[in-house]
Amino acid sequence: MSQSSAKPDGIHLRLEMLSQPRYLSGARELVAAVAKRLGFTEQACGQIALAIDEALCNVMCHGYGRDPNGVIWLSIEPLGGHAPDNGATGIKVVIEDEAKQIDPAKIKSRDLDDVRPGGLGVHIIHEVMDSVCFQKRETKGMRLSLEKRIDDDGADSGGCCTEGACGHER
Amino acid sequence: MMARIPADVAQRGLAGMSGEQMKIDVEQNEASVVLTPHGEIDLSSSPELRESLLSALRGNPSKLIVNLCKTPYMDSSGVATLVEAMQKAMRSQTKLVLCGMEDKVRSIFEIARLDAVFTIVDDTDAAQTV
Repeated sequence: MSQSSAKPDGIHLRLEMLSQPRYLSGARELVAAVAKRLGFTEQACGQIALAIDEALCNVMCHGYGRDPNGVIWLSIEPLGGHAPDNGATGIKVVIEDEAKQIDPAKIKSRDLDDVRPGGLGVHIIHEVMDSVCFQKRETKGMRLSLEKRIDDDGADSGGCCTEGACGHER
Repeated sequence: MMARIPADVAQRGLAGMSGEQMKIDVEQNEASVVLTPHGEIDLSSSPELRESLLSALRGNPSKLIVNLCKTPYMDSSGVATLVEAMQKAMRSQTKLVLCGMEDKVRSIFEIARLDAVFTIVDDTDAAQTV
């Protein structure tokens, strides 16, 4: 795809999947493979895949309440240049669904000192990704936009919110 | 005694829809049980691990070792399963030990700040002595 033919929405790759755990493996491997080609280290690719896995699990379990017939869209785009010969500066992954809407401000990680099963997904997502933005979609469902930048060494660039109006806390 | 058994198919939630069974080796001796799951542990497969852990704990062993040397990936559903097992183990005076973790798997315990909560050692030999 040349720069002039880049899609206006910036999306380079879009996956549509049902809300079934058996597709988690394929989704995270796809994201990890793309991240690898964009220049992330093996370790960073694994962590990005983990964050995507956690986000998809949350949609399946909490958004759709384990309904296996829900639809999830996963979109990937490189940050920092759309032409294939441009070096990417990071990756953006957007996960959208048609599940129940919730107030983004209420999506927070829990107190980790309270050791109990579950509730770690949001914490992991925030810990791994540089930017995490939950939004209500215009019609129905939620949109989660995740970004991670490549450091000079291609490694984890740490995490901080770059989206001011997301209604979440790190 | 060494037996390779497929974990019972757990039909809770969506787990039964995966169409695949996780293989979990179960090695039992007088004092301990060693579970070695084979494959990735995620929302699709963690219910099978949970069944095996609960089954092992029902035997009330003094030590339950989970050898993760054949586990290349784990998400928070796997971690939650192990947290639940650890809490049940504590109530029944069973010592739960994790071993054989690859760096990729260990990192999720570190991210979740659970690496200090679990007893984690390098391998099964070390697990037998803690």
